[in-house]
Amino acid sequence: MSASGHLIFDGRRVPVKPGQTVAAALWAAGIRSWRTTRETGAPRGVFCGIGVCFDCLVTIDGTPNQRACLAPASPGMVVTTQLGTGR
Amino acid sequence: MTSPPLGPSRPSPSGRYHVAVVGAGPAGLAVAATAAAAGCRVALLDAAPAVGGQYWRGRDPGVRLSGVDVMTGSAVWFVSPGFVLHRRGSDPVAAERLVFATGAYDRTLPFPGWDLPGVVTPGAAQAMLKGCGVPIGDRVVVAGAGPFLLPVAAGLLEAGVRVVGVYEAGDPTRYARAPAAVAGARGKAREAMSYLATLARHRVPYRTRHAVLAARGVAAVSAVEVGQLDRSGALVPGSVRPVECDAVAVGYGFTPQLELPLALGCATRLDTDGSLVLAVDFAGQTTVPGVYAAGEVTGVGGAALAEVEGRLVGAGVAVATGHRSPLSEMELTRLLRRRSALRRFAALMHRVHAPPAGWPEWLTENTIVCRCEDVPVHRIRAAVTGLGATDGRAVKALCRPGMGWCQGRICGYPVAELTARWRGRPLTAADLAVFAHRPIAQPVRLGDL
Repeated sequence: MSASGHLIFDGRRVPVKPGQTVAAALWAAGIRSWRTTRETGAPRGVFCGIGVCFDCLVTIDGTPNQRACLAPASPGMVVTTQLGTGR
Repeated sequence: MTSPPLGPSRPSPSGRYHVAVVGAGPAGLAVAATAAAAGCRVALLDAAPAVGGQYWRGRDPGVRLSGVDVMTGSAVWFVSPGFVLHRRGSDPVAAERLVFATGAYDRTLPFPGWDLPGVVTPGAAQAMLKGCGVPIGDRVVVAGAGPFLLPVAAGLLEAGVRVVGVYEAGDPTRYARAPAAVAGARGKAREAMSYLATLARHRVPYRTRHAVLAARGVAAVSAVEVGQLDRSGALVPGSVRPVECDAVAVGYGFTPQLELPLALGCATRLDTDGSLVLAVDFAGQTTVPGVYAAGEVTGVGGAALAEVEGRLVGAGVAVATGHRSPLSEMELTRLLRRRSALRRFAALMHRVHAPPAGWPEWLTENTIVCRCEDVPVHRIRAAVTGLGATDGRAVKALCRPGMGWCQGRICGYPVAELTARWRGRPLTAADLAVFAHRPIAQPVRLGDL
């Protein structure tokens, strides 16, 4: 499992604890959304929490459309808010 | 195609596993352990990094898996002829018999504001807390229907979170009217009582026949509107009041995960809770010979029932592949009795915690129904009442609900239900099947194909 440290979310340092997913690390730092929808640009974060709904898609280390609720968080990771289809 | 991986012991004559089990929750674990105890070569696959499923969630399930090839991190996305399971990123696995124990996920109903950040499913609240040690909020509302709301609320309380209210749409006093069914599942009543005691100790209001009707907030949820329901599941006029919170966990039971068996052509039926489930015979075999199912995919009933079904199916596939049953006559009789009792209780539970009949009345024309494709109520209504769509397939084609990332996993039930209602007919298995057919079961990259 991942170690302790920090990931970078939109330029901000977010603490990471071992065993946490990206969603859990962001949530613990008070961050509730990291994606906007394609049509209306509405903010989205965790919904189902188990990889079913794809609401929590996020860009991790430059790769878009990662499920934050499944992706293990690790120190040094660069996470960025995903706009619309994944830019 | 690469050949299936062969373990060191007891290769079966055809070079395949005797049985491959997809899903390592309570049902799949029981199937694998029981079949292996009978001498079967067993492969147990799960998409998660550890066995246990959503129920055990990384805790030790305490099941002996000696003789089982455990393949975690194996997201099966396709089954090709000859029962070859294709998984993302590793070699395919072939077996003589398949068992699907793929479990279920939270069933949700749309309401105004349900797409605000901070509105999550009870399963998400549990996954974040038990899996990652992160509570979903500081002041949390737990709502929806079903016994699962109670451990979610109790877990949050034990983590020091303020649970501002638990709102159950069903009327649990109805359990008292079926004492025989309740007596058959005594452990469940005890468990519920202990959670209710935790709620009482923390002075958390537990309101039955109440529902969250709307969520309010700007960038995230800051309050919900809660209302009382009458016996028919309709909102009691004048009963709506706001409850402040920073997170809501809301869900109405569970939806079985069926894409792989559906892709193989297994027949389905509509269960008493309105879920699409696999039709299975006495031995847990689906309508496709050699394909079995155990646990929530045969009808939502909880971990205890899943485990009993798993043991029975494990013994059944062992016998079907030429092994002696690992169960004594006495054990078999006991398990069959237990299965009947737990299924009776599950049917009662479905009736007590049915989705409230009045939920479509809580929607506004602009409420999002399909979260992926941003499809609001008015577009679905126009497709059904204006353009004459008679089933979900037509609705999908006309306004795209269920065609986004989640492939109808979240909006399938509500869209099917709204379509049926607005056509003036009851929900059918066919309505739900439209949204449950997903030939590619997991997102894959082009390179995996």
